[in-house]
Amino acid sequence: MNWAFIAKYLPMYEKAAWLTVKTGTAGIVLSVIIGIICAAILYYRVPILRRLVSIYVEISRNTPLLVQLFFIYYGIPKVTGIKTDAFTCGIVGLAFLGGSYMCETFRSGIEAIEPIQEESAKALGLNKLQIMRYVLLPQALSISFPGFVANVIFLMKETSVFSAISLMDLMFTAKDLIGVFYKTKESLFLLVVFYLIILLPISLLGSFIERRLRHD
Amino acid sequence: MTDLNLAAIGLDVLFKGKNLARLIGGLGVALKISLLAVAISIPSGILLGVLMTWENKVVRFFLRVYLEFIRIMPQLVLLFIVFFGSTKILKLHVSGELASIIVFSLWGTAEMADLVRGALASIPKHQYESAAALGLTKTQTFFHVILPQTVRRLLPISINLVTRMIKTTSLVLMIGVIEVLKVAQQIIEANRAKSPNAAFGLYLVIFILYFLACWPISMLAKYLEKKWKV
Repeated sequence: MNWAFIAKYLPMYEKAAWLTVKTGTAGIVLSVIIGIICAAILYYRVPILRRLVSIYVEISRNTPLLVQLFFIYYGIPKVTGIKTDAFTCGIVGLAFLGGSYMCETFRSGIEAIEPIQEESAKALGLNKLQIMRYVLLPQALSISFPGFVANVIFLMKETSVFSAISLMDLMFTAKDLIGVFYKTKESLFLLVVFYLIILLPISLLGSFIERRLRHD
Repeated sequence: MTDLNLAAIGLDVLFKGKNLARLIGGLGVALKISLLAVAISIPSGILLGVLMTWENKVVRFFLRVYLEFIRIMPQLVLLFIVFFGSTKILKLHVSGELASIIVFSLWGTAEMADLVRGALASIPKHQYESAAALGLTKTQTFFHVILPQTVRRLLPISINLVTRMIKTTSLVLMIGVIEVLKVAQQIIEANRAKSPNAAFGLYLVIFILYFLACWPISMLAKYLEKKWKV
């Protein structure tokens, strides 16, 4: 292991790691928003929109992110003429994929709540919005928490394919360094270390909170 | 008229020469890798999953480290480690396809083991106790009581693993395996002048092909899950 090489290229990895975290976080936040909206549409059985959401979920969950990204990044601009940069495109792609995963998680969380909860809330005179805000959502969120954490880790991992649309993320940096300097060991070592730094805390924090929720 | 429309969305190249057959052949490469990996992952995952329920602390510790590492690393990182690392560190030449089969088998085994462990752990204790009270031996309990229940919980989620595997094998493009996306890139490159919009049409077709490969399997898993709901 060539430590001088590692020290020299550490800042480059650090920069790339920030890009991974930034695109990942932005994509995940958008996924949560899309997921909540879609789950609400499914729960309230909104006509027409409900169909569209089901179709979206099936399409998004049954195709690989890499193919979605290629279509958004290389395909769509050819016909529409709208060009997006790789950064935006990565976030849009991740949100498209993540929205359906979050939707499924939240939906199963809401469905797991027994009907008596909603009925009691109605009997107490709460309106639809209040029932959602004070009765259903808090319970649904704690039930779907493990699934939510799994989705966050999954989406963070999926950002690794962004290098395919030339986003200078961790994968891109590693591949670049292997190609240019042939320092395979060092490049791969740094790659693993940086992904662990990003992913391990999410995983540990997730299982910690999950345990807390279960004891309550 | 139709020719004009097809060219506008870049679908004309699809019907030139053997392009469509080449694309499907490319998808075949990805599917072959996923099916091989699934065939290896399922038995070895079941074995590891059962081992995880053992009391032996040392075995459990090493299995945990293996499973957690594989499951937390992006699959693309694992592909890079095996593909680039094997040449440099082990001085072996591993082809892209072999590297993918190794990585996806390791990953699939870890995922499968976790599913098996989860399914076994979800069988309530009273099932074992009731079986013992009825005078069943340990082997009888396992085969007649525990196994049927575990399989019902396990089958739908392991079918889902197949679709995840198919989706994930799209990554093999990144280590130079000639699969469906690579074939599309070659076709687009070759027709750059005559059909500038080919990227739209071809990537749309690949999108649909992947959907057609995964969706029926997902539906089957959903159906079984509903049918066997405990």
